Amino acid sequence: MSALIEIEFRLNGISRRVTVPLQMSALEMLRDMMGQHGTKYGCGEGECGACTISVDHRTVNSCLKFAVDCNGRDIQTIEGLAATPFGENLNRAMVEHGAVQCGFCTPGIMMQAQQVLTDNPDASPAQIQRGLEGNLCRCTGYRKILDAIEAVAHPSPAGD
Amino acid sequence: MAELRNYAAPRSLAEALQVLASGPATVLAGGTDLMPQSRSARVRFAPTLLNIQGVAELRGVRRRDGAVEIGALTTIATLRDDPAVRNGAPVLWQACDHFASDQIRNAATIGGNICNASPAGDTLVPLLVLDASVVLASGGAAGIHERRLPLSEFLTGPGRTARRPEELLVEVRIPVPASGWVDRYVKFGTRPALDISTIALALGGTLFDGRLENARLALGAVAPTAIRAHDAERVLAEGPLDRARIDRVVDAADAAIHPISDVRASDWYRRELVHNLLRRILTDVCPN
Ligand code: FES
Ligand code: FES
Repeated sequence: MSALIEIEFRLNGISRRVTVPLQMSALEMLRDMMGQHGTKYGCGEGECGACTISVDHRTVNSCLKFAVDCNGRDIQTIEGLAATPFGENLNRAMVEHGAVQCGFCTPGIMMQAQQVLTDNPDASPAQIQRGLEGNLCRCTGYRKILDAIEAVAHPSPAGD
Repeated sequence: MAELRNYAAPRSLAEALQVLASGPATVLAGGTDLMPQSRSARVRFAPTLLNIQGVAELRGVRRRDGAVEIGALTTIATLRDDPAVRNGAPVLWQACDHFASDQIRNAATIGGNICNASPAGDTLVPLLVLDASVVLASGGAAGIHERRLPLSEFLTGPGRTARRPEELLVEVRIPVPASGWVDRYVKFGTRPALDISTIALALGGTLFDGRLENARLALGAVAPTAIRAHDAERVLAEGPLDRARIDRVVDAADAAIHPISDVRASDWYRRELVHNLLRRILTDVCPN
């Protein structure tokens, strides 16, 4: 039986304490122990970005992170992002642009979009596209996703 | 994977070295390679997981004594955003800019990329061309011992290095190239992001009178480790970079490599890539 370690961290602004096996991933901890099902398991090896979360304000693949290494950190998941004004705004843009089909990639895409626009609020379409290199979508063909994020970065003045 | 039984998350280098001195431990840095390895049992785990993320002194980039010194825990994203790297080591900057994806760059560390010793490790080819060395520390509370090794000696095989079990890689040192230094880096893969190199190569040297002096040539994913092609470097040093010399450099590089055939490419295709891309960067670096 693998060792159990108690860790404490902030999850979406709230202090949480949990006991995890040593080899557990942050993704398994969030989904299976903390009921945060917004973060998705796609590939489990860093290729798809469906599991993207923010750790100390940088996005990472939660499938590649050891849960024990969450100790002391500030973690945001899609549930936290969705409750922010930026998240609501992005959410609306994704819906309006038809950027969601099956929706499996959407939480990871939104987490990464937040990172790209936080680092560079004036990101160009090409910069947004590069920032999303680590996120796969098998449905939309990406165009509508990029349009939605661009609309948040550069809202049209008419507000249409 | 073997059962992990103990966990240590020290806050200082001395404590981390103490853990390594007291018995076999698997080192956790960014985790981006360790986690998939732990799932596929590609790596045998020691009973102790040593998480070094809390050792703040292993982070950051300094410029000192004519060298860029990079702490082992510095992430690829930090390197990509650092002006000392961008200006002082553009080939390394390029490799960091094309490393995996944003999410992985935010977690992966340079020390981890080196210690994984993948023949296709993205930072290794630029670091070899820059003549980088690594600093290995051992000891503990009673004192810290350091030794320094050229990266080319540190990499001993696929996934194998000269790191002793009680040692931790703490720093990478890159001598700042002399003025007039030029370099080129190419990584060939099938898509821009998240790709493991089919091959990678980097060339550097001081351009003087139509010849490339102090030339260095490094190749990745064509041998058990990323390598320097010393014979090809000697051919470069012998005279002006004309067409005949380029042919001889390519021949010497071809003799230095031992590509395998795998899912990414055949041995034959890797050699073709080396010939053509090397020819291209040689022509590009000295256009006449
Ligand atoms: S599930 Fe983490 S990147 Fe695919
Ligand atoms: S909407 Fe289905 S994967 Fe993106």
